[in-house]
Amino acid sequence: MNANSIEVRGVARHYGPVRAVDGVDLAVAHGEVMGLIGHNGAGKTTLFKMMLGLERPSAGAIKIDGIAVSGPRFRDVRRRVGYMPETTSLYPNLTGLETLRFFARLKNADAKQCTTLLARVGLGHAGARPVRQYSKGMAQRLLFAQALLGQPRILFLDEPTHGLDPSGVSDFYATLDELRTHGVTIVLTSHVLSEVEQRVDRLALMSAGKLQACGSVQALREALDLPLAFDVAVRDDAEPDLRAVLTPFAIEPDIRDGRARFRCARGAKVGVLAALSGLGQRLLDVTLKEPTLEDVYLGYRKAAQ
Amino acid sequence: MSAFELRPVMTIAAKECRDRIRNRWALAVASVFTVFALAIAYFGAAQQGSVGLRSADVTIASLVSLVIYLVPLIALMLGYDAIVGERERGSLALLMSLPITRSELLLGKFAGLALALTLATTIGFSIVGVLLAMRFGAVALVHYAGFVASAVGLGLAFLSISVLISVVAATRIGASGMAIVAWFGFVLVYDLVLLALLVAFSSRLPSTVVPALLLANPADAFRMVNIFGFADMARFYGLATVVPRSLANPQVQAAALVAWILVPLGLATWRFR
Repeated sequence: MNANSIEVRGVARHYGPVRAVDGVDLAVAHGEVMGLIGHNGAGKTTLFKMMLGLERPSAGAIKIDGIAVSGPRFRDVRRRVGYMPETTSLYPNLTGLETLRFFARLKNADAKQCTTLLARVGLGHAGARPVRQYSKGMAQRLLFAQALLGQPRILFLDEPTHGLDPSGVSDFYATLDELRTHGVTIVLTSHVLSEVEQRVDRLALMSAGKLQACGSVQALREALDLPLAFDVAVRDDAEPDLRAVLTPFAIEPDIRDGRARFRCARGAKVGVLAALSGLGQRLLDVTLKEPTLEDVYLGYRKAAQ
Repeated sequence: MSAFELRPVMTIAAKECRDRIRNRWALAVASVFTVFALAIAYFGAAQQGSVGLRSADVTIASLVSLVIYLVPLIALMLGYDAIVGERERGSLALLMSLPITRSELLLGKFAGLALALTLATTIGFSIVGVLLAMRFGAVALVHYAGFVASAVGLGLAFLSISVLISVVAATRIGASGMAIVAWFGFVLVYDLVLLALLVAFSSRLPSTVVPALLLANPADAFRMVNIFGFADMARFYGLATVVPRSLANPQVQAAALVAWILVPLGLATWRFR
């Protein structure tokens, strides 16, 4: 068994002079959840398609479980993979159950699991209805069920929660957590960074066709050394003293309605906390926030520019 | 290169055919064929002062023109978005992520659409066939069955062309434009150009050129199959003496029609890879 589920080595994809993907190396371990993020045109969709074998790389190699995705054993690869595209209209005249059975036959998967899968994605009641009567969220659930056909070892999910309502998003991630416990490798893209932040083991951040950074959310935060956000509640009479204790750190807090908000460098965190504790009983509450994934993403984008 | 598998081809073909039956396309086309075939078969001889079914050959001669105009148009409309439509809907990427090859997808699509077209054409022309059999016996039915088979062949040839268009075109709108141009070109313009060529260069052209050029158009190949397939009709059209013996052979003409099914489909498969 290969150590990695997915191995991308020196992969490039050129369209004439345009380098959509330019020398990317990436390895995804078995059972890992990897998020792929980047701005529009960063190359993540092209990389995604190449990992699925939908496009051939101009250079480099991609292997899934040690097998070349576009080689003679491509059927083996694709039977191990489930893919949920971002925007796809399925066949309107087929029912949900017929749609799943169609894809099951093409995937050589057991058609008996279709009913179970429909129930698993919350469409047990709608399997006999034509897909043209499905809402966007229902169609998205059906696409997810399709990706789960044949018990794939690797899932590629492109904007999987697009069109889902909050309960749909919650159901989706609950299923994903369950799959994760069974060792399924998951690669997902999403523009909803707050969703991704809590659910991935690692993030690959793409920019201008290159892999700009790759690591856990925390590692990416620390590598960028973004400031921490403080939200401090103090008694009204403590405002001058609060300003005074922060002056040595060159911090000018924004104080409104008894709350002070300011940012400080990660390295100054302990010192600032110690200084705040000097306010004694006049300090009512302290909330310390790590930079969000959005902050991290924007920080990397700024660095790339 | 992975070995070709029949199972995905059959699965896709079954789904395509079922889709066309369920959305009532097949029913609509069969109804159109039935109404037009009955009307033309019954009133086809009205210019000669009579109505009603005459011989099988005369009925077929009347229906040949209907088929040449209608069947290619329907076949082109059926297949023009086979691939480009999947691409625009985003489902092509999903299909290609499955353990199937591009050739299997394309051939499955073609087979399913071909089956739907064959069903619609056969059912659509069947009532006239039954009437001919009742009136003129089994021989008439055999002749008529040959005509229907050639009509199916014509449909499949244009379906093959439309699938090639669907592979080459970048958008569905572009594909529909190309399909319309193909219909005009093969059904309306080609014969006019050939006629002009004949008028302008008749004395200098070898006798085989124009008949060979007729076979280079599936609509004309269909017409020739039906004219030369029946001795009475060949005499009626006065072509037996004009067309060289080698090209007057209905088997050669049928082979030309089959080539018109296989070559565009082969090109589409090659291009789609």
